[in-house]
Amino acid sequence: MSGLPGLAAIWSRRKIPLSWLLLTRQPARLAVALAGISFAGILMFMQFGFRDGLFDASITVHKLFDTDLVLISPRSSSSVSMAGFPRRRLVQTLADPDVAGITPVHWNLVLWRNPKDLSTRSILALGFEPGDPLFTDPGLAAKAKVLNQRGRVLFDELSRPEFGPVAEWFREGRTVESEIGGKRVRVGGLVALGVSFGADGNILTSSETYQQLLPNTPPGSIEVGLIRLRPGSDPAVVIKRLKDSLPKDVNVLTKQGFMDFEKDYWRNSTAIGFIFTLGAAMGFIVGCVIVYQILYSDVSDHLPEYATLMAMGYRLPTLLGVVAREGLLLALLGYLPAYAAGQGLYSLVRSATRLPVYMDTPRAVLVFSLILVMCMGSAGMAMRRLGDADPAEIF
Amino acid sequence: MVEVEGLCHWYGSSEMRRQVLQQVNLTIQPGEVVLLTGPSGCGKTTLLTLVGALRQVQQGHVRVLGQDLNGSSRRQRQQLRQRIGMIFQGHNLLRCLSAEQNVQMGSDLLPNLGYRARRDQAREWLRAVGLGDHLDKLPHGLSGGQKQRVAIARALAAHPRLLLADEPTAALDKQSGREVVDLLKRLAREQHCAVLMVTHDPRILDVADRLVQMEDGRLIAAPVPEPEPAL
Ligand SMILES: Nc1ncnc2c1ncn2[C@@H]1O[C@H](COP(=O)(O)OP(=O)(O)O)[C@@H](O)[C@H]1O
Ligand SMILES: [Mg+2]
Repeated sequence: MSGLPGLAAIWSRRKIPLSWLLLTRQPARLAVALAGISFAGILMFMQFGFRDGLFDASITVHKLFDTDLVLISPRSSSSVSMAGFPRRRLVQTLADPDVAGITPVHWNLVLWRNPKDLSTRSILALGFEPGDPLFTDPGLAAKAKVLNQRGRVLFDELSRPEFGPVAEWFREGRTVESEIGGKRVRVGGLVALGVSFGADGNILTSSETYQQLLPNTPPGSIEVGLIRLRPGSDPAVVIKRLKDSLPKDVNVLTKQGFMDFEKDYWRNSTAIGFIFTLGAAMGFIVGCVIVYQILYSDVSDHLPEYATLMAMGYRLPTLLGVVAREGLLLALLGYLPAYAAGQGLYSLVRSATRLPVYMDTPRAVLVFSLILVMCMGSAGMAMRRLGDADPAEIF
Repeated sequence: MVEVEGLCHWYGSSEMRRQVLQQVNLTIQPGEVVLLTGPSGCGKTTLLTLVGALRQVQQGHVRVLGQDLNGSSRRQRQQLRQRIGMIFQGHNLLRCLSAEQNVQMGSDLLPNLGYRARRDQAREWLRAVGLGDHLDKLPHGLSGGQKQRVAIARALAAHPRLLLADEPTAALDKQSGREVVDLLKRLAREQHCAVLMVTHDPRILDVADRLVQMEDGRLIAAPVPEPEPAL
């Protein structure tokens, strides 16, 4: 309650909202300014959204693994070029007292033939022992049983439609068969994993089927090793022990490290981050130019009035404050439509590309901060024009 | 109230330097209405801007409302201006504000007054200048005389002790010019506010308590004419 008298005092000290009136009494100009700011905001939302969405999408599958640590070959550079390492290394980790269980995983891109139009397209194939835990989703174990039959695969129903109407046909009860590398496979079930940046679709197979589909895989070689730890053990300590005991032909990562490894590849080895950041920067600059133009001409048009206020005894900082508040109002009023449009466009992007693009708080704050910098910076530049207001010249 | 002694002013620098005011002496008593006339370009506006603390004094002595203006800082002049009402040749109202809001820009300068009090004062002033029915009108919806009356209300709303007016009737026809000047004089009287008004208009000279004439930057006293006989 102690705040109320203070608020009332501030409220009663308020003055004519000059900034608001200056802006709103010229609706056409205000509309142009807000359109410009919103446009810049939407552009930034889209560019940042795509960028983050693409990076997040690169680890759609990585996130699903039921694992604490991951073994990969140091020659692997990303999910689209995973190199093999001896399966023995993964088995060796069982000697560590804190390792509770392991799952060897085969991982490669294979060509899938669309059963409807017979076109082929690259799909991510994961091979594992159907009895081993693979994903944190407990529903997989039951579905995986079917993989014990040779030539069966579990098809990811979230795969892009270019792989054919596999999920629909399967649900209709039809036998869905396809070809991988000239070998016939049959869909034994559906799973929901999601597309990632490197793979437009996913299938799961048993290790045995995988070996058949990719006969060039050296025996005893795997691409990924999952290591589950006993509850209460410290992953950092175990990683250190494993690194010391294992030869240098494997890398030990945490699950987070495995995901970062993938994201870093797309971030650093491709121009994606640069391109989208550049796009956002363009939006920012266009917005700056528009807001500056609007505020500058606003100050210029009202220069005699500002000079009159100075002649009446208003302080220059007070008048600078009027321009600053105009900038603040523009930022707030321009951000809201940009935010709303961003939400709408994100859901559009999600349905069209299946990229995980969401309006998260850090990005909403980032774009608002950029719009604020844009408007306040432009207001600051426009303020220099106020220096030309000479109260001695108005008589 | 106002004491001016030996005031000289120059415009321009070096060879272009030209003297506009030469040894001007002028005193205005509290509540006095002084009219300043003279041919165009003789330096009347310059004198007004110096007395109004809008320009830095170069040479001579200017004392306004107890404050010395020689060597005054920007901030001192700005604070002094809050206590001086100014009425311009053009009305210089803020186009985006209604009549009431324009006047409140004047009363907003008063310290320690709540928003409502300031707004009510603004309304009072508009009623006093006969515009009680036009509170919410924007300047472009008002006639020239009405705008000038809003400007008077705005100047008086800050409770000035001194009112400076530069040809306030120049843009008005005879009838409304007369009304504006009478109003100005009446309200200034009620507020015990001194007035220094520059005018070219021979028809309004009779409102003056004292008439001062300027020629080539020098002041000469002149007799106040009798009021025009009503027709
Ligand atoms: N800012 C200025 N710079 C240079 N010369 C000026 C300036 N203002 C006025 N003058 C000149 O000073 C003289 C006096 O001007 P002013 O005081 O405006 O006269 P009045 O108001 O009596 O017509 C004029 O010749 C005018 O051209
Ligand atoms: Mg003049």
